[in-house]
Amino acid sequence: MFGFGILSGLTFLPLVGALLILLVPGETEAGKNNIRWIALWTTLVVFALSLYAWSQFVPGVADFQFVEQKNWFGSGLTYKMGVDGVAFPFVVLTAFLMPFCIAASWSSIQNRVKEYMIAFLVLETLMIGVFCALDLVLFYLFFEGGLIPMFIIIGVWGGKRRIYASFKFFLYTLAGSLLMLIAILAMYAQTHTTDITVLLHTKFDPNLQKYLWLAFFASFAVKMPMWPVHTWLPDAHVEAPTAGSVILAGILLKMGGYGFIRFSLPMFPDASHYFAPLVFALSIIAIVYTSLVALVQEDIKKLIAYSSVAHMGFVTMGLFAMNQQAVQGAVFQMVSHGLVSGALFLCVGVVYDRLHTREIAAYGGIVERMPIYAVAFMIFTMANVGLPGTSGFIGEFLSLIGTFQANSWVAFFATTGVILSAAYALYLYWRVIFGKLEKPSLAGLKDLNPREMAVLAPLVLLTLYYGVHPGPILDACSGSVAELIKGYESALALTKTAALTLH
Amino acid sequence: MNSLSLELAHALPEAILALGAVVLLLIGAFRGRDDDGPMTELAVVVLGAALVAVVLGGHRPAGVVFDDAFIDDSFGDFMKGLSLTGSIVVLLMSGGFLRQSGVDKFEFPILVVLATLGMLMLISANGLIALYLGLELMSLSLYVVAAISRDDARASEAGLKYFVLGALSSGMLLYGASLLYGFAGSVSFAGIAAAIGGHPNMGVIFGLVFLFAGLAFKMSVVPFHMWTPDVYEGAPTPVTAFFASAPKMAAVAVSTRVIMTAFPGAVSEWQQVIVFMALASMALGSFAAINQSNIKRLMAYSSIGHMGFALVGLAAGTEAGVKGVAVYMAIYLVMTLGAFAAILSMRVNGKAVEKINDLAGLARTNPAMGFFFAMLMFSLAGVPPLAGFFAKFYVFMAAVDAKLYWLAVIGILTSAVAAFYYLRIVKVMYFDEPAPAFDRPSVTQRVVLAVSSLAMLLFWIYPAPLVDAAAAAAHSLF
Repeated sequence: MFGFGILSGLTFLPLVGALLILLVPGETEAGKNNIRWIALWTTLVVFALSLYAWSQFVPGVADFQFVEQKNWFGSGLTYKMGVDGVAFPFVVLTAFLMPFCIAASWSSIQNRVKEYMIAFLVLETLMIGVFCALDLVLFYLFFEGGLIPMFIIIGVWGGKRRIYASFKFFLYTLAGSLLMLIAILAMYAQTHTTDITVLLHTKFDPNLQKYLWLAFFASFAVKMPMWPVHTWLPDAHVEAPTAGSVILAGILLKMGGYGFIRFSLPMFPDASHYFAPLVFALSIIAIVYTSLVALVQEDIKKLIAYSSVAHMGFVTMGLFAMNQQAVQGAVFQMVSHGLVSGALFLCVGVVYDRLHTREIAAYGGIVERMPIYAVAFMIFTMANVGLPGTSGFIGEFLSLIGTFQANSWVAFFATTGVILSAAYALYLYWRVIFGKLEKPSLAGLKDLNPREMAVLAPLVLLTLYYGVHPGPILDACSGSVAELIKGYESALALTKTAALTLH
Repeated sequence: MNSLSLELAHALPEAILALGAVVLLLIGAFRGRDDDGPMTELAVVVLGAALVAVVLGGHRPAGVVFDDAFIDDSFGDFMKGLSLTGSIVVLLMSGGFLRQSGVDKFEFPILVVLATLGMLMLISANGLIALYLGLELMSLSLYVVAAISRDDARASEAGLKYFVLGALSSGMLLYGASLLYGFAGSVSFAGIAAAIGGHPNMGVIFGLVFLFAGLAFKMSVVPFHMWTPDVYEGAPTPVTAFFASAPKMAAVAVSTRVIMTAFPGAVSEWQQVIVFMALASMALGSFAAINQSNIKRLMAYSSIGHMGFALVGLAAGTEAGVKGVAVYMAIYLVMTLGAFAAILSMRVNGKAVEKINDLAGLARTNPAMGFFFAMLMFSLAGVPPLAGFFAKFYVFMAAVDAKLYWLAVIGILTSAVAAFYYLRIVKVMYFDEPAPAFDRPSVTQRVVLAVSSLAMLLFWIYPAPLVDAAAAAAHSLF
């Protein structure tokens, strides 16, 4: 339409919904309901459109698809969109999770509903844009722009320490990303283009690569988040409203990993090779240390937040192992974690809406009152542990196999994380769900209502489906990953030959 | 020898302003009344006519007239357009405010017109004498404007402070100019450039430094920024808005022109000075603003920081750098005007308030104003996709292209620090419990706030006109 393709449609449709909401008066109860329905329908339409795009998407090919290009800014910058097998699953994941976020906020958000929904729809636009952008500056716009709505979401609708958490979130991420901006400018100064497809085939000087890599790393490591710059995440997660946590864990964290695949690895292969031991070390520390930290948490959300950091450790480890299995495993792990951690936060939201506390100690034995909830929570806990048959297993297992081939010690230490994750996840489940129902506040608990069931059921199904049939996602990204690894290895070989001829 | 009419055609906007100011003065004097009456509107008409003359004259080929003293090129047109826009918008916003504060004097709009005339002269100056003429015309008018609220001790203090320091800086500038003339033997920029060649001697370097000291004072960059917070805080808010907008455009424009046309042979000499000023201004503007509780004082530090960012583009010394400066100034102008429209609207029960905490809960008491002001804050902080980001993008791109990596890295990190205090304002408006609601702002204030904020928010949709105009403006200097 108007010369724009399906990706622009996906990206900007939520904005249309936001504009509609802007026109609806939001003070009355009926108005609030209208706003909720508009937001839900907008996200559903976007999701439907993303499914249609999926039906048109050719899996297993390395090329960018649905490419569209427009002149923008007169000189230098272009408006270029397109997705490949690595980006596309995230687009669909984003579109998929959004309706759940809206539904999860249905009754828990009662004040300033209008602003809330607008913030979420704007956020959706920016998130989808991140995965679709094929121009560095355009990517940066979407990447950074997401901070504004998220800042507002945490700060306005968050918990007690929301202001501290929102500032920490914003400033941490901003400081990291600004260094990336310098790197983007330096790349532009070198090549006079910001077109990602061109930059993917540009060979940067190995020395310059190191600086560029570090600058990008600063941004993605914060976003990911990797140890030791992960400290904003537990605060942001704990204070954000449920839907905000879902988006944070489900999508925003994935932007870091996506950034590594899209930029750091293919554009700076020599530097990636050079810094891989650093990434391995940080990943192992993240996996082991944050798992241990998760064990002693007393706040459910904080525990899940730390477990997210640990799981992202598997992703970075897999990515920098740089072989087909590891990278595909990392991509799968990201998608699966998006589903599972999002679902876990939704589960926490369910009990939080009833009791308004996230203290683990406040719960216990709720299986007696909420059996259906206990089942759903169990499936997600198992997926978080990485039990075979759930989607969590596939990603973790593949990235471990791949890493084992690259560096068996790294894989050895990382595997302890699997044990630790079982420990903290089961410990959490035991304390919350099992035991005697002694606390009087829990006596009147009601099980899932239909809306909550409608929210959790699809996630349960998908978690199990991808656990036994991971094909769709692995096939989608196989071509792009193969291309990535081919390019990486040939670049390394080239540098090696160059070094040999010099001596 | 050109005919006078041809020469005047190049200086048409200035001629309109000069004649207009005289006519306005006569009307004011013969009306026999002290109050403003229709004078603001008339002044806006005069400034508007000059703006039309600038825009319509934009297609004319560049011309150097009045014995090399005056240049009319697209860089000048661009910056003149900005200055005039700033003056017009400030006048439109300020009428009601001054009346309510009991400063209802017909001299105010006339002084603004005269100051604007000085700015235009400054922007078009092609030699040291024209530069000084323009600078003094602008400054003398500004000294008076700063103290226009003469019964207010703070405003008088601000005016006096500004005058004493301004006079000192003019003295330094004159000293530098005389050194330059003594060593280069010419007052025209081109003549100085020719005399320097590629090897500036010690005298020229001294002259250059003193000249920059004078210009830095007008731009309010570190280390000549001391007057800014006091004057911003002390002067009546419309005057502050004026100080923050139009004169900055002229000062940056003339600094750019001097550097690019008079000292292309002394790059390494002036670059050190500009890099230092840029770094120091960005750092001071970011750190010193953190603890401010008065919004006008905060805007003063913010403006110091922003001038530092603009100087980053200038430090690159390339065409891309000048383009960056032009884009930066245009976007900064819009953001500043919008922010001051909001600050001017900060009135509770008819009384102006200016504490940041007075903004508390604005997003609930007046959602539209809260949203627009918040967007301006994000834009000032340089968060994409708002226009403030693109302003920074272009200057830093030029700096990186010119291999000024450290300047770029440190500069961009200070912008993360600066983001903190802009965010604090958003936090106060969005997260805090509401303070007493503001009175309904005037129509012009509302329009200016909404238009500037939306322009910043939606800049990315159609940025080409501004970027292309800035590129053309930058090209005319090379």
